[in-house]
Amino acid sequence: MNIKNIKSEFPIFKQKINGKPLVYLDSANSSQKPKSVIDRMSSFYETEYSNVGRSVHSLAVKSTNRYEETRSKVAKFINAKSEEEIIFTKGATDSINLVASSFGEKFINKGDEILTTELEHHSNYVPWNFLREKKGANIKFAPVNLNGEIDIDSINRLITDKTKIIAITHLSNVTGAILPLKKIVDLAKEKKIPVLVDGTQGAPHLKIDMQELGCDFYAISCHKMYGPNGLGILYAKKKWLDILPPYQGGGGMINEVKKDFITYADGPAKFEAGTGQTAEVVGFKESINFIEKIGIKNILNHENNIMEYGLEKLRKYNSINIIGNPKERGSVICFTIKGIHPHDIATILDEDGVAIRAGHHCCQILHEKLGLPATARASLGVYNTKEDIDILCNAIDNCKKIFNI
Amino acid sequence: MELRELYQEIILDHGKNPRNHGKCEQFNRDANGHNPLCGDKVHIYLKLNTEHEVENISFEGEGCAISLASASILTEIIKGKSFNVAKKIINDFLNMIKNKVQITVNSLNEDQKTTIMSLSGVKQFPMRVKCATMAWHTLASALGEKK
Repeated sequence: MNIKNIKSEFPIFKQKINGKPLVYLDSANSSQKPKSVIDRMSSFYETEYSNVGRSVHSLAVKSTNRYEETRSKVAKFINAKSEEEIIFTKGATDSINLVASSFGEKFINKGDEILTTELEHHSNYVPWNFLREKKGANIKFAPVNLNGEIDIDSINRLITDKTKIIAITHLSNVTGAILPLKKIVDLAKEKKIPVLVDGTQGAPHLKIDMQELGCDFYAISCHKMYGPNGLGILYAKKKWLDILPPYQGGGGMINEVKKDFITYADGPAKFEAGTGQTAEVVGFKESINFIEKIGIKNILNHENNIMEYGLEKLRKYNSINIIGNPKERGSVICFTIKGIHPHDIATILDEDGVAIRAGHHCCQILHEKLGLPATARASLGVYNTKEDIDILCNAIDNCKKIFNI
Repeated sequence: MELRELYQEIILDHGKNPRNHGKCEQFNRDANGHNPLCGDKVHIYLKLNTEHEVENISFEGEGCAISLASASILTEIIKGKSFNVAKKIINDFLNMIKNKVQITVNSLNEDQKTTIMSLSGVKQFPMRVKCATMAWHTLASALGEKK
């Protein structure tokens, strides 16, 4: 598959936005979907759909097989030891809530510490706050440095004998910093502390290898990986599946149900109560196929080229301040324009067909530290081009004109 | 052009140089407004005198041009109005944004009507409606509750 013509794989780009071609720079928020994923979900509904893992009729067999094929596909894609380590969830938020709830219930008590960072998305802070409220745990934040990075020392300094889990992002959705995960995981292993990685922004862009990385949990958001909405993955090392209590109760996660006791299913089923996102799971296999056809490294190179081009162009504006300057950067560019609030930027850019996000990007802790109530963010996906950056810059010029800057 | 309707000169002016900005003296009512989705904040202070008139009014806040302009325009319009008229103006304003109804309060002069109508362009930008209405909802709660 040629990356140059990749826009043609995405039906959304056929339309005009306010009479202009769509320049989609909001992939860190959610990515667009290739036709293969959309078609797969329709064809599944048209010919193979039924509930999975319950009935014995032909359609149930078909859909169960399709569902489990994705589990195997995901396991291979992230190099998990086995497909048993792959849990389907409602999203990365749900994945993190699952760990916070189950791990927290069993292993976190009053005075215990959860170590996270100032870079985290609310989805990797709020679930831990529940444990602070319910159990009296403490949350510690590794400070972000001036480049918008988290270095290994800042983590190391905050580890104590009360640290029960380290919960960190792979790639910041604001500064774009890619964290030194391998070093952090190795350090944590030495001290026998489990690590949860919020891979929401990492998985769509970076090669991930669970066995090489060695983290205990890795949360994935499928809709940011050219996949369906409402679906997430939790990778969890096998040993945790065995010892963690279930997250939610319902059908499919039980072994035996009696009036005076209940026993639970093994493996990922224990954490998958109720009917899951069937067509979404089936469609997600096509998302991985799509990524593999291009190659995740090619996607990364492509995005890096566009990002460097974008950074270079935006740095030429005196009025623009780019947030963060990490050495290892994912394709996220947060910026402010002097004298124009990010929401006004976003509205004016939209008039030129340019879709960006404005706000605190669910990172109020970081924005408070930066002393900024909001920023504008352009984030990239496989379909972006240098021309998109040129159009973005023209739209920024238009913004400045309207505000007389 | 719709965008120019939203970012009219008068709105840009109020956004850049908000009137009655800061905490006014001797306020006896105030209220906070906050949009957790975007982080915009407004705090309205007002002094309601014994005649039940808004003798003084001001605001503190941070946000986009639309939300600052809206709060600034609000303070200019509401200053000197009676409690009941102020409530009616709030209703009129919210109706104008939601239902595209004209301003009906007869205690506003033509200039004031034009100023307040300048915010009606936001109707065409549903995601920005809250930016324009936040200050007005906050004023309503400041008037509704005694300090």
